[in-house]
Amino acid sequence: MTALQLAFVIPLLGAVGIVLAGRSPNLRESITLATAVLLFGTVLQLLEPVLAGARPELVLFEILPGLNIAFKVEPLGMLFGLIASGLWIVNSVYSIGYMRGNDEKNQTRFYVCFALSLASALAIAFAGNLLTLFLFYEVLTLMTYPLVTHAGTDKARAGGRTYLAILMGTSILFLLPAVIYVWHVAGTTDFTAGGILPAGMDSGLVSVLLALFMFGIGKAALMPFHRWLPAAMVAPTPVSALLHAVAVVKAGVFSVVKVVVYVFGLDQLTGATDWLIAISGFTIVAASIVALHADNLKRRLAYSTVSQLSYIVLAAALIAPLSIVGAALHIATHAFAKITLFFTAGAIYTAAHKTEVSQLDGIGKRMPWTMAAFTIGALSLIGIPPLAGFVSKWFILMSAAEGGHFLAVAVLIVSTLLNAAYFLPIVHAAFFKPLSAEDEHHPHGEAPLPMVLALMTTAIGTIALFFFSAPLLRLVQPLVAS
Amino acid sequence: MSLVLHLPALQVVLPLISAPLAVLLRHGGVAFAVVTAAAWAAFACAIGLWLQVGQAEGGVISYHIGSWPPPWGIEYRVDRLASFVLLLVSGMAALVLPYSRASIEREIPRELHYLYYAMFGLCLTGLLGITITGDAFNIFVFLEISSLSTYVLIALGRDRRALAAAYRYLIMGSIGATFIVIGIGFLYLMTGTLNLVDMAERLRTIESSRPVLAALAFITVGVSLKLALFPLHQWLPNAYTYAPSAATAFLAATATKVSVYVLIRFWFSVFGESLVFHKLPLPQILLLLSLAAMFAASFTAIFQDNLKRLFAYSSVGQMGYITLGMSFDSVNGLDAAILHLFNHGITKAAIFLLIGGLVLGLAKPGAVLPTPTFDRLAGLAKRMPFTCFGIVLAGLSLIGVPGTAGFISKWYLILAAMEAGKFWIVGAILLSSLLAVVYVWRFVEVAYFKPAPEGSVRQEAPLSMLIPAWLLVIGTIWFGLDTSFTVGTATEAALQLVRVGK
Repeated sequence: MTALQLAFVIPLLGAVGIVLAGRSPNLRESITLATAVLLFGTVLQLLEPVLAGARPELVLFEILPGLNIAFKVEPLGMLFGLIASGLWIVNSVYSIGYMRGNDEKNQTRFYVCFALSLASALAIAFAGNLLTLFLFYEVLTLMTYPLVTHAGTDKARAGGRTYLAILMGTSILFLLPAVIYVWHVAGTTDFTAGGILPAGMDSGLVSVLLALFMFGIGKAALMPFHRWLPAAMVAPTPVSALLHAVAVVKAGVFSVVKVVVYVFGLDQLTGATDWLIAISGFTIVAASIVALHADNLKRRLAYSTVSQLSYIVLAAALIAPLSIVGAALHIATHAFAKITLFFTAGAIYTAAHKTEVSQLDGIGKRMPWTMAAFTIGALSLIGIPPLAGFVSKWFILMSAAEGGHFLAVAVLIVSTLLNAAYFLPIVHAAFFKPLSAEDEHHPHGEAPLPMVLALMTTAIGTIALFFFSAPLLRLVQPLVAS
Repeated sequence: MSLVLHLPALQVVLPLISAPLAVLLRHGGVAFAVVTAAAWAAFACAIGLWLQVGQAEGGVISYHIGSWPPPWGIEYRVDRLASFVLLLVSGMAALVLPYSRASIEREIPRELHYLYYAMFGLCLTGLLGITITGDAFNIFVFLEISSLSTYVLIALGRDRRALAAAYRYLIMGSIGATFIVIGIGFLYLMTGTLNLVDMAERLRTIESSRPVLAALAFITVGVSLKLALFPLHQWLPNAYTYAPSAATAFLAATATKVSVYVLIRFWFSVFGESLVFHKLPLPQILLLLSLAAMFAASFTAIFQDNLKRLFAYSSVGQMGYITLGMSFDSVNGLDAAILHLFNHGITKAAIFLLIGGLVLGLAKPGAVLPTPTFDRLAGLAKRMPFTCFGIVLAGLSLIGVPGTAGFISKWYLILAAMEAGKFWIVGAILLSSLLAVVYVWRFVEVAYFKPAPEGSVRQEAPLSMLIPAWLLVIGTIWFGLDTSFTVGTATEAALQLVRVGK
């Protein structure tokens, strides 16, 4: 079996194993961990050939005449696949601590859906054509729905409703006709460097089609279709961390970049993206302002994610080689920083049962490791060297300045300030404010060890990514080499 | 003489014999065995015919009853489309009959069981006969056979409202049948023949005369009644709601679909494209009514409290997609209609079969069966996980989620609308599928999130009911991924119809 086949078989087998081992939690969690490690190893095997210029392919079967369910690994998908499968290992360690620490119910279902969600995310990453991407895009929505509504409460059900309504609604209303229209005019949906749309397509039509894609990919959370992301925060924190900071939302922005590069092609889009720059710019600033006012920590992080996702959409909309590289890098750098932040939020909830920002005074003394990791993640998102977020932001900013998009430059600067404004007070309160009188009587320490290990790992990753950004660059460079 | 040559006759004769046998034997178990055997034999015939059509000259099998050559004798005529519908109808019967045994045990008094199987056999005969015959009057005869037996099947329902529903359907169905026979009468008057092929040839010379147009109008309205085209659908929701579960599943999957087949047959093979689509504003009317069905019926479905009725209204809405595909007058449109005829057939049959099991699961031992209203479904997923999950999967196909059969038909429907340049219809199709999300998710939220009542135990439907239902559920997924059979057959059928209709 080739590595590409294994990348789908392993999580599926893992899911089966998790079901079978449902009665014995230790065995079940070992299977999850083993699956995650094996999967990452398998995906890693693809890296070498892809770096060497190969594009491993896998055609499963013909779903419609001339349309296959097919996979083809190219640099961008490789990057997304590596991040999703790699962080799954860390997240699994974290999940064990969290799910046990909080005595969650239905853990078997949780781990099964998680494995299947990861398989869907990888299928999106490696999709060889639009139809395959669309298929697994919808599968991912359905697989994550039970995770979002895990608690089974009325609040979870309401959150799940919003989640499903927006993600399904946008994908059916906008993305599906866009996919069918591409097939209608181009006669193919295969991702091809330089785009597949016929040359000389009416520019108005190109804009409309682009709009259908951008709003249809609701997972990219472009305003006004962003509400599902804060709604999804009712899920257990490991879900918010890996799926709603990495796998699901990155599947969204990944699809955005993929469509821009491989369906439209940068040339076709010249002059057709000004409105997208404006909308993504608006989303960046508006979501940051909402984050500023959110007292619930996970909500603040969610809106921060909405804002950061639009960095990637903005970068894609700049349609310059440099900005596409920046977009790809930001997928990686934001993933590490944001999963760290969610890990800390979950750790705080597990150890101290706190969910609101205003309750965090002085918590840094009791949970120094957690809050140190939080600081690293926050600083990376603000874009301060030597942290990963700086690298990708730099690329996007350079590209915007080079292309004379001063609106974009202004948005990036304002957003940096806003990022600082909603993250730094938390850091300040945690380390420099005294504990409240009531908290004095409720002693607690760090969260369970697996959680602390996980969040330290990703925090270190955030630093490492700054110093070792060269391999990443080497991977994504071919995206714009044509 | 080889038996294989007589498959077209056997296709109809076998179930036809089984029905009176069931009555004569007067024993539920024996009747079950006889009719089921006949249905399986019919399914085998349909498979044989499907294979034969591929090799037949011109893609058509012509069988002369009693060796009288057409147009004097009655001709059975199997083309690609007919073979596809025969497969659907006989396949459904072959699955629903084994399911019936456990299902009607508590729905129909035991002394009437033999009657159920006899009527089922007759209904199957009628539907197969309509599909296979190449004779206009024969269509009417078989239509009456299937209709009359359907009225009885519905009236066998345990609820007393089943009688009213059957009576209402009887009135509406008879009006429809009368319209059809008037139309056929006009055609006979103008052409002097009842053989469909002969009729089509002769119509070419007189096509725009008023009686021919009147015949087209009568037949179209009459068949529309039978296929429950909005707003002629009023008979359907109650009939589906109160009929025995197995009958509902069979009728939902086949009866309206065969009516669609009749309409396609008359429009494309008899009257011909140019008459139907260019002389009268029929496509425009059909387009508007289809859209109305897609929205009004799906919207009504959302507010139903009875699960069976909800999916009955959903059927009316889904019929809208089929007729919408017909209205485009293009290969892709027709392709979409034929595909959805099959895909929706198996999807909706799966759902109604599962609901039948669900009703049994809700019942207390010995008590009368409850109606599947939403307040009774709370937390049902814990008690009947396979049934509920099956309904969710088939529900995804109703929505048209990729990877399910419903997606494939939607793909072709949208493609046809784009080809026609009607982008507002693309929007309408997509918006209406969101309505399906709403009504399917109403079920999900109640079954999976509402707490189950105290003291409820896990109680799945019997295996003899779960297995046929799940075969269909797997079918909805299978035909969403491997479409070579469905799309291949539908495309071939559409091409054949358009080629002949030119």
